[in-house]
Amino acid sequence: MGSGTGIGRVRGLGSAKSGVHHWWLQRVTAVGNLLLVLWFLVSLLRLPNLGYKLVFAWLHSPLASVPMLLLVVSTFWHFRLGLQVFIEDYVHEEGSKVAALIALNFYVIAGAALAIFSILRIAFAPLGVAG
Amino acid sequence: MSRNRARPLSPHLTIWRWGPHMLVSILHRATGTAMAIGGGVILIWWLVALASGPDSYARFIDLMTHNPPIGPDGMPMGPARLNWLPALVLVGLSWSFFQHMLSGLRHFVMDIGAGYELKTNKSAAIATILGSLILTVLFWAVILARG
Ligand code: HEM
Repeated sequence: MGSGTGIGRVRGLGSAKSGVHHWWLQRVTAVGNLLLVLWFLVSLLRLPNLGYKLVFAWLHSPLASVPMLLLVVSTFWHFRLGLQVFIEDYVHEEGSKVAALIALNFYVIAGAALAIFSILRIAFAPLGVAG
Repeated sequence: MSRNRARPLSPHLTIWRWGPHMLVSILHRATGTAMAIGGGVILIWWLVALASGPDSYARFIDLMTHNPPIGPDGMPMGPARLNWLPALVLVGLSWSFFQHMLSGLRHFVMDIGAGYELKTNKSAAIATILGSLILTVLFWAVILARG
């Protein structure tokens, strides 16, 4: 660093280390959330009921399981970014901040893995299983 | 690396005057966090229950919507009734989504540099609050009408 340009001296600093990229991804995933969560809510409203057979058959279709996978990725990514800022704003002690950020990442990765695995299991199951 | 006290912090809650814009700003953070934790856990739970078979799915649905007391014979006694606490959580999450969605759209407008005039800014903030309440009522009206 030292004698670089102004931008070169600040790059990588600040609380998020990579601010603009973070900000941009928060916007991209926000648009993803907007489309996918609205699609999800409308799909739930259009199902005659939320019983096992109907919901299983619905999620079994690629036209539901693929958007559902995207929804999990988009929302979990979005709130991972958002809660990171939340933690950086309120947790100032360096040790607790690192611990909170690690806990956040564990929650996001474990949660998304459980959700994605479950969707794939339903998508690849023979439909007879639902009967 | 410890906290650098010389570094300026942005002015915090205590310094801003209360108003719709202030409320909406706080609500954006509160609803986002509520959905991340509450909505995240319930979504994962729902998907895992569905992937685990009819019995675990039935337990999940039962927990979320109905609460029939179980008799000594292991059968539910009497008609099912609304389990109000999970119902309240679900209504709260749907309102959170609509509020966060509308204030998120307001964020987009402000990101392009528009909507900062005091009057416009205030009316937009009020519009997100009214809009989220209306959308929540409509959403549950459709669900209840469906039965
Ligand atoms: C309609 C869909 C959504 C839109 C348009 C949207 C928009 C946004 C925007 C623009 C931000 C950044 C605010 C800022 O830079 O200060 C944000 C933050 C955030 N969002 Fe969303 N979002 C949506 C859905 C969701 C969902 C479904 C969740 C949770 C599962 C969520 C959780 C969060 C969290 C935790 C934050 C951080 C709040 C903060 O630190 O102040 N969002 N959202």
